[in-house]
Amino acid sequence: MNIKRSLRNNGLLELGFVLMIAALYMVFLYVPTEKHTGIVQRIFYFHVPVAWVSFLAFFVTFIFSILYLSKREMKWDAIACASAEAGVIFTTLVLITGPIWGKPVWGIWWTWDARLTTSLVLWLIYVAYLLVRGFATEPARGARFSAVVGIVGFIDVPLVFLTVNLWRTQHPTTIIFEGGLTTPMLVTLLVCIAAFTVLYVLLTIQSANLKSLDTALKRLKSMHTG
Amino acid sequence: MNKSFVKVLTVFRKDILAELRTREIVVSVLVFALLVLVIFSFAFDMGAGMGETVAPGILWVALTFGGVIGFNRIFAMEKENSRLEGLMLCPVDRAVIYWGKLAGSFTFMLAVAVIITPVFLVLFNLPLLLPRLALVIVLTVIGFAAVGTLFSALAINTRARDIMLPILFLPIVVPVIVAAVKATAPVLAGAPWADMLTWLQVIIAFDIIYLVVATLVFEFVIEE
Repeated sequence: MNIKRSLRNNGLLELGFVLMIAALYMVFLYVPTEKHTGIVQRIFYFHVPVAWVSFLAFFVTFIFSILYLSKREMKWDAIACASAEAGVIFTTLVLITGPIWGKPVWGIWWTWDARLTTSLVLWLIYVAYLLVRGFATEPARGARFSAVVGIVGFIDVPLVFLTVNLWRTQHPTTIIFEGGLTTPMLVTLLVCIAAFTVLYVLLTIQSANLKSLDTALKRLKSMHTG
Repeated sequence: MNKSFVKVLTVFRKDILAELRTREIVVSVLVFALLVLVIFSFAFDMGAGMGETVAPGILWVALTFGGVIGFNRIFAMEKENSRLEGLMLCPVDRAVIYWGKLAGSFTFMLAVAVIITPVFLVLFNLPLLLPRLALVIVLTVIGFAAVGTLFSALAINTRARDIMLPILFLPIVVPVIVAAVKATAPVLAGAPWADMLTWLQVIIAFDIIYLVVATLVFEFVIEE
């Protein structure tokens, strides 16, 4: 599967570069400092896009896990796994940027509200996905088992969110929907979301391509020596 | 439809008979759950008033970790002596195997809960006749068994089978543990039904969702 060619041709890499530069400029130079919380609020422009991407990544893993189990082509598994790896990275970033923002603003590193708990459980499920692949006795089994984990785990995420939400909520209600964001802030946020989404897509395609090549190489080697 | 039910019962009966002879699962899980109860009671300083706050949590930690030990055995016993291959050679729908093993693991966990809960109630000076607690326990054990049986079959086929099951199982059952603890607290405090109704609904929803999902996905775990 030659995704690499499309990577060069369709300009996604260039678009991602431009978006990221724009995002950095907007976050650090363009957008005005927020009145109440000050400079630390700028983490919000990284924290939210990264959180969104981590959920997108898990959704992609879910879809491609289903595809892999029904079609059994390794390319689907490659994308599912690549997405899960990117997802772990982005979820780790969420869990790091969140407390960094939270401590100066709300005085606490952590609280067991719906969003934080769901992010933590999401991280744990991703890690379980990767561990199953690591501990499998053979790659085909690892692919199959982790696909099961990808499906079962994704269904769990809304359940965790709803349950913990019933239990307690301390996370600020989404500012976007309350209209509490001024236009420059909204635009900056959207640009950051776009930048990180493109980054995620690029990382996943690169990684999936590498895995596909690796699988093909292993197959060629076994044919050669066999 | 009737034939499938008979096959499920056959698998279930095989597990029950094996367990009645050796009693290995129920006894080991029972002892472990009891130890967890005791250790956690020491871990939380049992001052006045603390007992009521932490009691539901301690019960469910004991049942959860006991469950993890127990579910490990559900398919470990099949892996030994190649009994799993024998089971798979039977011309039955893979879902039948799942439901048969599920019935077995549910029964074992319930047996452990039935013995551990009175011990727990005694240790915490709580009333012994609590039918609502029985309801919470039965519903939650269904959820545990649904997820645990599936992941037991998965973990047994990996290299780190003992550690893989808790890593897979525990994040997934977070909703049902939260709901079980929240539903148990009103029962122990003698509060009305209304306080626990929402949580029971959460547990029931979890059970239904995971019974369906696990039935659909089990064949991929157990195929060779």
